[in-house]
Amino acid sequence: MSHHIVEVKDLHYTYPGNTQALQGVSFRIEHGESVGIVGANGAGKSTLLQHLNGYLVPTQGTVRVGDYPLTKETVGQVRRTVGMVFQDPDDQLFMPTVYEDVAFGPLNLGLPPEEVATRVERALETVGVAHLRDRPPYRLSGGEKRAVAIATVLSMTPDILVLDEPTSNLDPRARRQFIGLLKSFHHTKIIATHDLDLVLDLCERTIVIHEGRVKADGPALEIFNNAILLNESHLEKPLRMQACPACGKSG
Amino acid sequence: MSNIESALLDIGGFDILATQNTPIHRRDPRAKVLAALAFIVTVVSYDKYDLSGLMPLFIYPVALVAVGNLPPGYLLGKLLLASPFALIIGIFNPLLDRSIIMQLGPVHVSGGWVSYVSILLRFSLTLSAALILISTTGFNSVCLALARMKVPKSLTVQFMLLYRYIFVLAEEASRMFKAWSLRSLSGRRMPMKVFGSLVGQLLIRALDRAQRLHMAMLSRGFDGEIRLLRPLAFGMKDLIFVLGWAAFFVLARLYDLPQLLGQTVMGMAQ
Repeated sequence: MSHHIVEVKDLHYTYPGNTQALQGVSFRIEHGESVGIVGANGAGKSTLLQHLNGYLVPTQGTVRVGDYPLTKETVGQVRRTVGMVFQDPDDQLFMPTVYEDVAFGPLNLGLPPEEVATRVERALETVGVAHLRDRPPYRLSGGEKRAVAIATVLSMTPDILVLDEPTSNLDPRARRQFIGLLKSFHHTKIIATHDLDLVLDLCERTIVIHEGRVKADGPALEIFNNAILLNESHLEKPLRMQACPACGKSG
Repeated sequence: MSNIESALLDIGGFDILATQNTPIHRRDPRAKVLAALAFIVTVVSYDKYDLSGLMPLFIYPVALVAVGNLPPGYLLGKLLLASPFALIIGIFNPLLDRSIIMQLGPVHVSGGWVSYVSILLRFSLTLSAALILISTTGFNSVCLALARMKVPKSLTVQFMLLYRYIFVLAEEASRMFKAWSLRSLSGRRMPMKVFGSLVGQLLIRALDRAQRLHMAMLSRGFDGEIRLLRPLAFGMKDLIFVLGWAAFFVLARLYDLPQLLGQTVMGMAQ
């Protein structure tokens, strides 16, 4: 079964005005893997993510999601397979109430109302925000918004979750709860982030993007122990792997 | 807190009022929209010198405020906020139209003053009807009602998104304003040049957000149509609500109710 694979081959993307954002990115992510995509600001992470749901079309190279190569004809199918969670929940939650927002995707899939209702209930239960169902999104806290944003994607039962900076703007406890939630999912996960501790918690594999290319691709721990690589890619060891400021012991 | 921010928090107040459960709140949104429309059409159909005819129409807002358990002071405050507009629109009437059409004892009242007062009355009536509609129904339900009544979707969806993002936009604007005022020190008003570039930036940010929003919609299968899953039920009570008010408006328009009432009372007294 090749259902949940994501394969990117020699992906190039040039923005209008000749900014080369991606210059030959290749990787293959297998079913059930959890992969962190890290890199400096402007390294091309966001551009890469926007290819995974077909918002951008490669200038050169191919993207393959599940059984489908990404083309104009298959983009609908690909979007059904890939659930994309955006960095700013305010961009993702546009409907008047939480319930309607979570129902937006399933309704677009053309599902009958009863099926939509069960899916919405289930998604809200999964992320633990069933009590917020009738609230307008702008009245939620940051953590609640984030959870609802995930629910809007889960209700479409995607096989692959793509998350852009999922822990930005969360307080430490909300962040911890959110990591726990993500851990409980069995989807294939692709997480673009600067929060390397999050990668350490969730991802066994890490891809480092630098200046539009894959600079490294391998086990997260191995990459985070390579000081030269991290330095060259404008990154730092995850905080947990750095020396303790109180006692001076490392790790 | 800046003025924009507090004004917007106040808009949210309508949503809270709309969550009550009164006989008015329970009516189908379409019924309330239709009644409000009929009311507004009636109000504007009066002759410009007709003051007494407008009086019975005050029953409509007063009844809805009372039964709908709305705070009259709050609504009056909103009315006052918008009133400069109406006050200015009619300000020249008393100067232009000096023909005497009414005599109250020794005081001669010119047509200009009468029509000015009539403008103010109509303004209060129509605006309070709109405010009452929003605060008994909720903005989004009004949009939904409009959509179900075959108002073009592009319009209702615009309203819905406008209402969703006006808070986000205002927050962004107030952040920019704060950043400016913290560094301007002088405490003076914002110069036109700064204001211009601030508004320009706000527009660019809004466009960026629109693009991200569109991407979010696309990735959840958006195909140009927003489907809503809210059941509306137009029942007998809703029908009675609409027809009852419509009948009252027609009566008030056709007959001079205060005069009739006066005659009946006088007749009984004799």
